[in-house]
Formats: sequence, structure tokens, C-alpha cells
Amino acid sequence: MKWDEFFVTGEPMIYAAMVSIVLVSIAIPVGLTYFKKWGYLWRHWLTTVDHKKIGVMYIIAALLMLFRGGVDALLMRAQTAIPDNGLLDGQHYNEIFTTHGIIMILFMAMPFIIGLMNVVIPLQIGARDVAFPRLNAVSFWLFFFGAMLLNISFVIGGSPDAGWTAYFPLASVEFSPTVGNNYYSLALQIAGIGTLMTGINFLVTILKMRAPGMKLMKMPMFTWSILITSIIIVFAFPVLTVALALMMLDRQFGTQFFAMQNGGMDMLWANLFWVWGHPEVYIVILPAFGIYSEIIATFAKKNLYGYKSMVYSMVAISLLSFLVWVHHFYTMGHGVMVNSVFSITTMAIAIPTGVKIFNWLFTLRKGKISFTTPMLYSLAFIPIFTIGGVTGVMLAMASADYQYHNTMFLVAHFHYVLIPGTVFAVIAGFHYWFPKLFGFKLNERLGKWSFWFIAISFNVTFFPLFILGLNGMTRRMYTYSESTGYGPLNMLSMVGALGLTIGFILLVYNIYWSTRYQPREVTGDPWDARSLEWSTPSPVPEYNFAKVPVIDTLDAFWYSKKEGKPLTDEDDYEPIHMPNNNGQPFIMGVFFFFFGFFMVFSWWIPAIIAGLFILGTMAYRSFEKDHGHYISVGEIERTENALRGEKE
Amino acid sequence: MKKKWLLISSFLVMILSGCDNPLLIFDTKGPQAKTISDTIIFSIIVMAVVLFVVYVLFTFMLVKYRASKTDDEYEPPYEEGSKWLEITWITIPVIIVVILSVVTVRSTIDVESTPKAYAHEKPLIVYASSSNWKWHFSYPEEGIETVNYVNIPEDRPIEFKLYSYGPITSLWIPQLAGQKYAMSDMVTTIHLVADTPGSYMGKNSNFSGKDFAHMEFEAQVLTAKDYDEWVQDVKDTAPTLTEEEFTHLLEPGVLGRKTYSSTHLQFSPAPEGEHAGHHHGDDMDMHGEQ
Repeated sequence: MKWDEFFVTGEPMIYAAMVSIVLVSIAIPVGLTYFKKWGYLWRHWLTTVDHKKIGVMYIIAALLMLFRGGVDALLMRAQTAIPDNGLLDGQHYNEIFTTHGIIMILFMAMPFIIGLMNVVIPLQIGARDVAFPRLNAVSFWLFFFGAMLLNISFVIGGSPDAGWTAYFPLASVEFSPTVGNNYYSLALQIAGIGTLMTGINFLVTILKMRAPGMKLMKMPMFTWSILITSIIIVFAFPVLTVALALMMLDRQFGTQFFAMQNGGMDMLWANLFWVWGHPEVYIVILPAFGIYSEIIATFAKKNLYGYKSMVYSMVAISLLSFLVWVHHFYTMGHGVMVNSVFSITTMAIAIPTGVKIFNWLFTLRKGKISFTTPMLYSLAFIPIFTIGGVTGVMLAMASADYQYHNTMFLVAHFHYVLIPGTVFAVIAGFHYWFPKLFGFKLNERLGKWSFWFIAISFNVTFFPLFILGLNGMTRRMYTYSESTGYGPLNMLSMVGALGLTIGFILLVYNIYWSTRYQPREVTGDPWDARSLEWSTPSPVPEYNFAKVPVIDTLDAFWYSKKEGKPLTDEDDYEPIHMPNNNGQPFIMGVFFFFFGFFMVFSWWIPAIIAGLFILGTMAYRSFEKDHGHYISVGEIERTENALRGEKE
Repeated sequence: MKKKWLLISSFLVMILSGCDNPLLIFDTKGPQAKTISDTIIFSIIVMAVVLFVVYVLFTFMLVKYRASKTDDEYEPPYEEGSKWLEITWITIPVIIVVILSVVTVRSTIDVESTPKAYAHEKPLIVYASSSNWKWHFSYPEEGIETVNYVNIPEDRPIEFKLYSYGPITSLWIPQLAGQKYAMSDMVTTIHLVADTPGSYMGKNSNFSGKDFAHMEFEAQVLTAKDYDEWVQDVKDTAPTLTEEEFTHLLEPGVLGRKTYSSTHLQFSPAPEGEHAGHHHGDDMDMHGEQ
């Protein structure tokens, strides 16, 4: 292989990316050495098994990926803002919309949600960590190195270019001969295994580690949403694992599963992809529903209306999510019967979703609504997401879909679902739980400015796409001629995209500003909230709860505040058993990264060696005796007095 | 929220008034596209009602129950939920979904078969196959073939038989009918009738690689007389399509228009019947036509 096949060449943007990657990879070790932070980084972050720190690392990675995916989006909007634009060529545009999709779904939305659930779930159920803390660290590092592997494809070897759906035969070696789609099959595989383990971990955590008295129907709604999400993950992700393995075999080992000849079926890939892909949509939307339920109840100062039907509707959505995948390709020629069945199952999802919308609205009724930043995002979600929902029903109608399919109408629809659904939710959750993690709130004034920029610009960016779609503009076109008349609305959309950029920059500036100037918060419960995580001091000590709370109702913390009765009995502290930090998950992630990288280029010998190292870490773990450690009563008393001292 | 309402109402007015310059998929030139256009407009009206209800409730709650309007002592009550409200907001959506389901199934049956008014006429069969990045149209009856443009007679049922010599593509002539995939291992069918002569934009709407954006073609609807004249003219003047020439055409790239007085179907048959990708034999037709 020649060096110019290894490195991507010929575009100023690529060279700029290479320079910045080199600069960052020099700056990080130099900075760490200069500030003598190597030990701190290793001891407190890279080896941590603390769910809160793992959650923070997920969120940081997700924010970085948000900006990577956001730059992709800006480039796409800039390229299509005017007809016959020459900013990007076809190949480059194809790579950018492909990575935009992969990164935003798998390396932004997913880790942001997994980050929040890592931070919140054990606190919300009164546990001291997740069920398998070491496995949790493995999950994170597999996700992280999977994401890094995909990101280096931009400068080394070339990015995947067959869309985030990677339909065969387009994604086969014949039509996509670069290593780009090898990155796809391997990076997603590595990150996907991490996600699968997260699903198992949280399923067990929620089922087995709840505080005494917290029956299933007394769990906070966010915990419920994560329980159901974990079940969907456990059922859906193995399909992705298999599909990606078959893809790798087809591309690199000469099998013919999805090939055009020898009985291969391109349609099989589309089916496998969406059997995973549609539940994946609900994996990122159900936790969002959970987050909104927490925030709306908190800031309406009211219990969640229709708790039971909220739970049942999520269960219904999770079941239906596995029965609708064909609506992604009504146009494949299945005939009336199949298309009708899937139209009806798809429209049926609107019913439980509607139940949730109305229950949120009635939670607001007779409430006392305060418009904080997290609440603004949660409220804006309702009208904007409903547009996404009703256009979803329109798309579900098979005959009509023959005209919407592959158009900008579809693009507008799923952005109207995923941005007010998932992105607003994770930003709202980020603002809401930020003080729990760091001991101070994000600035409200800056938060509201960035909210208004994001909410208004979102509509300016994506509403025009509905009209463009109905006017026949298809997605994934890198250019169009002036005679189509698509120019003005695309320009409007570009203006909106710039507004979104300003909103997200304000959000990051807010983190910086608040870290420096925001007053420290000492109560542990800055929002006067309802669930258990707020009963802990902020920032939360390593062991979460000095004493495990005893629960008798939903919103037990709220009632303990109102009625002045403590959540724990008065006995003295006991030593707390905690897991030890460990470097193996990180090291294993590094081995996975090299294994994936060598596999991408079909360098078999190094790949086998890296694979053996991975097996080696597993074998080492099997023979290791690690019983964790105890935190002594004295230390607990010192920590608690330091954190809660001012109050008593 | 006012801004959004303005947008939505102007959007509806624009479509429903059928103003001078309607959006492409509402500017229909055949019964199949018309059926879908009617379906879409119906669904937009139903969904607008749903949106209206949600927006009214939303605005009401936000205006009435904001903290700044209640006095400091006010303590929101505990509310379990309401059985009757739950029943209401389950029943009404169920009814809406049932109505929409009926509309969907009926309109899908309609667009997946020859329009009833034309059922007695013998359809004109046109094989439309894609290769990177062009469209090949073969007329087996007439024994002619075109590249990147297709001429069809008005008021006669047409069946496009679709397949691909490469990635999955989707043939779409928005003003005449909805789209359908063209794939390498089976044949799918679009039924349509064009009732107004004219030139319409046709394209591949499914991403298929580098020059996908240039995979547009002209669909020209001619009067029966003009169509027959055109066919005769092609037979008289166009060269025949040799296997060698066809192989050359299949090479990846962007081409202009081409016209031939024979088709590629003799030496490179469509993947149907015994030539289907999975040797399903005669069953294969079932997939395309229910």
C-alpha cells in the first residue's frame, strides 16, 4: 500500500484536520507533563470504576462528538445552501453525511444518554454503584475507542461513504473499494459490544440494586425508561453485531451474504439493519421521555400525572418498536399486504406516544411552573416533537410514503423527532443534573440565551426541509441545479444552521463561565426536586449514600422534605464496601483500538497479535482476585461532615 | 409559539389553495399521483387538528399555571391521574389510526395496480434498469431502448419493470406516481398513467454513490399519435444496441441521452422468472404485484 492510499490527500480541509489532530496529540501529553497531571489522569479517570466519573467521561466524549457531527452538518448545509455549489465534491459530501449520521446517532446521542444514566440511575435508586462496575468501565472504553477508530478514518484511509445505513450492494467492495466501510463495520462493532454490555449492566442494576422498599411501581420515571431501554438494547444490539460481522465477512473475507451474485441478498442487509435500527430510535428516545418526566414534574411542583399509564405506554412503545422496521423501505416492492401491516403497526405507536404527551400536559395543569433552563427545553419539546410525531404518522402511510421516501421531508421528520426528542432532553438533563455532579448550577441567563438560539434556529433550519421534500428534493444530493427552485429554502436552512451553531457555542461558553464564576451550591437539592439523587450532597461522595435510604413511596425524598422525616434510620455508619479502580478496561480498549485498526487494513498478523492481547486481558481478569476495599466509618464521618457540615 | 402557527398555517394554505406554483407532489399529472396527493392532503388536515388540540392545551397550561401568576402559598395538589381522561386520549387516537389505516390500505391497493378507469386497456411495459449513474429504458413491444430519457403515451396504462445493474436505486417521477426500488436480484413494478402531455422530471431518489445527484432523466408524455411517430422514427433511424455497446454503457459514469432500435433484454434479461437472483422461479412476480 502506498502512503497516499493510507493517508487521505488532496483537500485543504483534510490537511487542516491532520494538522489539528497532530497538534492536539502533541498538546495533550505536553500539557499533562507540564501540569504534572499524568498521575491524576490515570488514578482518577482512566482507571476509575465510579459510575459518576464514567458518566462524566461519556458526556465529555458526547459533547466533543456533537461538535464533530455539527461541523459535518454545517458543511452539508453550506454545500447545499446555493445551487451548483463547488465547496465539496460528491465523494467528500458522501463521506460527510455518512459520518454525520453515524456520529450523531451512535457517538453523540447514545453516549450522552448512557452518560446521564450512568450518573443518575444508581443515585436515583439508592445504590452505591452499578451492578458490574468494572464491566461498566469496559463499556465506556470500548465505546470511546470505537468512536476514535471511526474518527481517524477522516484522515487515514478515508471515511465510510455509503450512508449511515450502509445499504448493500453500495457498501460492498465492488462499489465502495476504499477501507471506509471497513471502519464502519469494525468501529461500530467495538462500540456496539460496549453498548450491549451497558444494557446488561443497567438491567441488572435496576432489577437487583434498588433501595429497600422501592418496588418497581415506585421507581422514578427516568429509571423506568432506562430499564425498558436496557431491555431493548439487549434484544436489538445482537442483531447489529451479527449484521456487522456478516458485512465484515463480505467485504474482507469474500463471503456473499449481501452480494449481487451467487444468491446474495442486498435486501437482507436492509432488513437486518433496520431490525436493529428502528429499536435504536427508541433506545435514544425513551430515556429522553424519562428525563422530561423528571424535569416537568420537578418544575411544575407536582407529581407526574398518570404514572401507571406512563409506564404502560413505554412498555407498549418498546414492544411495537420491534414490529415496524419495514416502514424504512416500503418502496422495496413487498406488495400491499406487508406494507399495510407495517403501516398499521407504525401508526399504532402514535397512540402510546400521545398518551405520554397528554400526561405531561396534565402534569402541568394546576402546577406552579417555573421556567428554568432545563424546563424551557422540556416545554419546547412538546410542541416541536409533536410536529415530528404527526409527520411520522403521515410517513407511516405506505402509499403516501412512495412520495416522501428518500426526500427532505423524511430528513425534516427525523430531525424533528431526534432533536427536540433526544438532543433537547440530554441538554435539559445536562443542565438539570449538572449541580449534582459539580456542586454549582450552570448560569441561567446564558442557559436561556442558548436555549432560545437553539429552539428558534432549529425550526428555521429544519422546517424548510418539509417543503423542499414535498417539492421533490431528495436527500443526500451533493448539488442541484438552479432551475429546481430549491435554492432559497436551502439558504434559509443554512441561516438556521448558523443560529444553531451560536446556540451550541453559548452552551459551551456557559460551562466555562459557570465553572469560573457561578456561586457554589451547598444544599445538594438546588431545584427543590423529588427523587433520591437530590438527597445526597453535591458533589456526590464516592460511595453515594453514607446510609442506604429506605423508601415507601414514589417521590419519597419530596415527602421526607415536606414531612420532615428522614429517609434513613438513625443508626451509626457502617463501613462501606466499594470496588477498586483498575486499569485493565482502558488497556483492553487500547488493544481493541489497534485490533480494529489492523483489521480495517486487513493487516492480519498485527491484528492476530492485538486479538491475542485482548484475550490475554480477559484471561488475566479470570485469574485475578480483587475483592474491593472498605471505606472506614471514620472516613465516612469526615466526608459527610465536610459536605454537609454547613447545614447542621 | 406564534411563529410556528404562522408557519404551519401558511404551509397549509400554500398547499390547499393550489396556488399558481404548487409543490411538485401536489402538481399531479396522472391518477396514481393524484391518489397519493389526496391521501397526503387528507392526512395533513387530520394531523393539523391533532396539532391544534395539543397546542391549545399547551398554551392554556403555560399561561394559566405559571409560578409568577400563582401566589407564594399555593401548593400544587397531588393528582394520581384520571381514568376517563386516559380513556379519552386512547380512544380518539385509536379512531384516528383506524381511519388513517383504511385510507392507507385502500390507496395502497389503488397505486399498486392499474387505475380502474384504464383497467380494460393493455398496459405498455417499459423495463427501466439503472447502472452507475444512468437509467436504461427498454420497450420490449416496440423493440427500442433509450438512455436517460423516457417517452410514454398519454392515457394508456404503463408498467415500469425496475431492476438494477448495481446499487439499489429508486425510480421516481413525482408528478406521475410514487417511487419504487430497483434492485439487482428481483424486478419491481410501478403502475402509472399520465393524463397530460408534457415533460416531467424523473430521477433516482435512492443514494447510489458518487454521481447519484446527476441521475435525473426526462419523462416525456406524448399524445398517442406523437408517440407512435416517435417509435417509428427511432426504429427507422437509431442504431441497434449490441452487447458490446451495452457493456460499454454499463461502465460507471454520467452519460447524455442515447437511443437504440433494439433492447438489451435479449442478451441481458431482467432478473425475473428463471433469471431471478434467488431462483424463485414463477413466484417472483408475486413480490412485485402483491
